[in-house]
Amino acid sequence: MSLLEEMNQKATALGIPLSAHLDITWRCNERCVHCYLDHEGKGEMTTEEIKDVLRQLSECGTFFLNISGGEPLLRRDCFAILEYARALHLNVKLKTNAVMIGPSEAARIKQLGIEQVQISLYSHLPEVHDTITKLPGSWRRTIDAIGRLKANGVKTSITNVLMTHNSGQAKAVKRLAEELGVSFVIDPTITPKLNGDRSIMRLGISSQELEEVFHTEEFVGNVGEFCAPLSTVDEDVLEGYSCSAGHTLAYISPFAEVFPCVQFPMPCGSLRKQSFREIWWQSAALNELRSVHVRDLHTCSHCTHTAYCTRCPGLAYMEGDFRGPSSRDCEKSYARTGVPSAAMSRAGNPVPQHSSGLVQISGVQ
Amino acid sequence: MDATETYIAQSPDIAATTLGDDTIIMSTRDSMIFMLNSVGTVIWKAADGATPLSRIVHENVCEEFDIAEDRALTDAKEFVGQLAQHGILSVSTAPVSAKEAS
Repeated sequence: MSLLEEMNQKATALGIPLSAHLDITWRCNERCVHCYLDHEGKGEMTTEEIKDVLRQLSECGTFFLNISGGEPLLRRDCFAILEYARALHLNVKLKTNAVMIGPSEAARIKQLGIEQVQISLYSHLPEVHDTITKLPGSWRRTIDAIGRLKANGVKTSITNVLMTHNSGQAKAVKRLAEELGVSFVIDPTITPKLNGDRSIMRLGISSQELEEVFHTEEFVGNVGEFCAPLSTVDEDVLEGYSCSAGHTLAYISPFAEVFPCVQFPMPCGSLRKQSFREIWWQSAALNELRSVHVRDLHTCSHCTHTAYCTRCPGLAYMEGDFRGPSSRDCEKSYARTGVPSAAMSRAGNPVPQHSSGLVQISGVQ
Repeated sequence: MDATETYIAQSPDIAATTLGDDTIIMSTRDSMIFMLNSVGTVIWKAADGATPLSRIVHENVCEEFDIAEDRALTDAKEFVGQLAQHGILSVSTAPVSAKEAS
């Protein structure tokens, strides 16, 4: 077992929110076609409120902190927040479009000891990237910022979200990342808007493209292993949980609301009414979520993909039942193995004809 | 002041948290993660730059964990050396403030 696995196992056993994702604003200077957020800024937490949240997280044992948005650098107090988080010895990753990272910002990020800067880059072609972000010149500014971060020795990664607009460009983006000397993450995830609007899901890549991605060595590593035949489901798997959301991971919106994960819009409480500790330990929603083991999933517990499926309970929740299957992850399992999931077979639709292209994949570099 | 004494101070260039009796520390210099057991955690928490390592070992390790002083000090020096290599602790022969350690 790796040290990270050991940490997660221990945090799960102790109920410690080892990881937190904090959006400090939903405002953004880009208007990406696939974005799941609205860009409302009214009612955002003040600097002092955010510092208080960070202090509370630290006291509860949080170690990994993702600061994101919206575009976090739109907040004038962004660096004050980052500095405070680092003074609390939090391991901070910053998710940004980077267009506001000039020389002084890049130097400051390095000086603060930010663990990594994660940047969305949609294409190797400026016109495609700018069409997706709807911000003219954004590709150039993002690329320049990546260069500045690299020059300062900041660990930087590019996330390439796959969608119809940039179809077939992932390999070229990966090559660009290699030229820039930064790591590369491919993400075929288009999620519904948090307000329930699913219209953006039509932007997702097709089932065929998804299958191609999963069978491309430079994206997934060992294809044989990644697309391995089904494995048996043992007691450990059935006793386990789908993911860390609500177990060791919390999401906090710019409006002080707590959720299990950024992709799991199940309200758990407001930090303007309760402390984080109270919400984390006493929220009925979180406790209900934690009571659900894989064996309790009405469809997925009997599925041949159970042992390795990356079922997202948040996406299942957005489909109406967090104990149910996430059809996007069913598609992903199908794309990997060619074997329909239990939910697909039950629906009498073993092969997705018109994929909405929404799947969740993580850790593919 | 004992010229052979060692003083240790926590570096600000780390990320850290407590997980039960253990402490997780990551060096922001090289992103190496360490999980300190309860003995290591005691030494880490006492690393204020002002208390000699020998006193930390005597007061916090030997008494709390019932370990022989010579053995404990030898192990503690090795442990401190490893963390210092990754920039997690600064080591000095004279007391330092936390500010100086940074």
